Amino acid sequence: MEILVCVKRVPDTAENEFELNSAGNDLDRGDLVYSVNEWDNYAVEEAIQIVDKVGGNVTVITVGDSESEEVLRREMAMGANNGILLSDDAFEGSDGKGIATILKAEIEKGKYDLIFTGAQADEGAGQVGGMLAAMLDMPYASLVNKIEMGEGKIKVGREIEGGNQEMNEIALPCVLSIQTGINEPRYVGIRGIRKVASVEIPVKSASDLGLAAGSVGKAGAKTKRIDYFVPDMGAGAEMLAGSTDEIIAKLIEKLKSKGGL
Amino acid sequence: MTQIFAYIPFQNGVAEDVAMEFPTAAAKIDKGASLTAVLTGSGADLDKVAKEMTGLYAEVIKIDHADLAYPNAEVVRKALLNTIPAGAIVLMPHNTFGMDLAPGLSVKMNAAYAADIVNFDGMEGATLKASRQELGGAVSTHVAVDVSSGAIITIRPGSFAAVDGKTASGAVVDKSSNAGDLSAKRKFIEVVQAEVGDVDITKADVLVSIGRGIEEQENIEIAEELAKAMKTVVSCSRPIVDAKWLEKGRQVGTSGKTVKPKVYMAMGISGSFQHLGGLKGNPFIVAVNKNPKAPIFQVADVGIVANIIEFMPELTSAINDL
Repeated sequence: MEILVCVKRVPDTAENEFELNSAGNDLDRGDLVYSVNEWDNYAVEEAIQIVDKVGGNVTVITVGDSESEEVLRREMAMGANNGILLSDDAFEGSDGKGIATILKAEIEKGKYDLIFTGAQADEGAGQVGGMLAAMLDMPYASLVNKIEMGEGKIKVGREIEGGNQEMNEIALPCVLSIQTGINEPRYVGIRGIRKVASVEIPVKSASDLGLAAGSVGKAGAKTKRIDYFVPDMGAGAEMLAGSTDEIIAKLIEKLKSKGGL
Repeated sequence: MTQIFAYIPFQNGVAEDVAMEFPTAAAKIDKGASLTAVLTGSGADLDKVAKEMTGLYAEVIKIDHADLAYPNAEVVRKALLNTIPAGAIVLMPHNTFGMDLAPGLSVKMNAAYAADIVNFDGMEGATLKASRQELGGAVSTHVAVDVSSGAIITIRPGSFAAVDGKTASGAVVDKSSNAGDLSAKRKFIEVVQAEVGDVDITKADVLVSIGRGIEEQENIEIAEELAKAMKTVVSCSRPIVDAKWLEKGRQVGTSGKTVKPKVYMAMGISGSFQHLGGLKGNPFIVAVNKNPKAPIFQVADVGIVANIIEFMPELTSAINDL
């Protein structure tokens, strides 16, 4: 079983307080902490567990700049066998379709039975997996929270509304977007990272992939981010301030009047 | 003229609420656009919902086929490709079905894709300006969508005002014969219903709900003690269930339970829209979070900036002393 997992380096929502820059049109990126997209760790863990059972290889791939290499190494420290970095100035400003187009160009050079993405990443669109599947003419399932391997086909559970699970049978090869909670991603320690520190990770450019200028990147994007803004959300919460005792006294009065106590 | 099509999802003969929100969204895209509802399904349920939609949409297209009885995204995509003209704008909800269908449909229709849109800010030429959120709701962005060759747009359910009552007198057009080849490499088997746990959070008038801010499994006891003082139970947000610290039946959110408490204590919960989607009935929300920028403070009634690990025991003992 050859499994490819598409991963992404993203600003860590657990580690950052996001602020707009002084011009108000972008994030203040000076001190942002980046990490692997949370969903991708579940996808890589699932791939490793499948290969442990049925044999094969796990390859992790990303589109990004040279700093994205660190996320590939982290996933290789988890147990992925190979990494591929797709990197070119021409990729900058790609929309979801641009990213899927770049990934497709590399995927067609190999032979994969399963292709995973995280169910979504920092932009929250959840789009690349479904686009990639359509471009490759492979079947697709999103928000996958269960995989049972079979011969030439697999059973997958999709998380749907209300905590219910939709079971499907899918022919291989296919693309799946993996939802959090499908497994418990293993811990990666410093030693694990050191072990893969010198493994060579091939870097491929637009010309290596045979991608024409304008088909990807900003020029090829039909959906472009214009700016960041702070929405008018109305008054928001009444913030309680003071000493802890004062805050608790005020809170208890409110809870009493609203039926909380 | 801009042609807008709205895909109407329904279950057991009842249209999802978003069906009433599409007309508002469409008018914000282009007031002069034509708006057509599209439904796929099979039999009496489909006919019932299609008929109801004629009160909201000037034109209602139905595609009836046994293979469409359950909305398998791959099959629905084929049916839509054979029905919706190139260059159209197609609206659907950003939910587990829309996320399954829309990205691939945009590739096959060679159209732009815009996901999880919460507002439209008008059209200039063939460029549609829209608003959405990134980074789990921590920031908002404007996007420009080139709709010159059409666009597939998922909207966030609940973001656009529902239209009231009967606003159109449309007719149902049967395009079932257009469905074409609906063979698929993905086959629907069954829906497995969520397990019912030993605690039913849907019946509680008060909920002490915990999120990532609880930090460690051992700390759940602190929340249990507060819940005991408040004579109720502990619910949670998704990360707690993903970490297997509490069972799925305790999760509040679109992918968990829908709850209607009078008072909701959001402890260390950032307040993603998926979480808030499970909170109905306009409860009094108390948010405690150490991050003063947490989105939960925008929807809560009362907010306290504090570490819940330190705050909850203080509150518990104050309540116990009453």
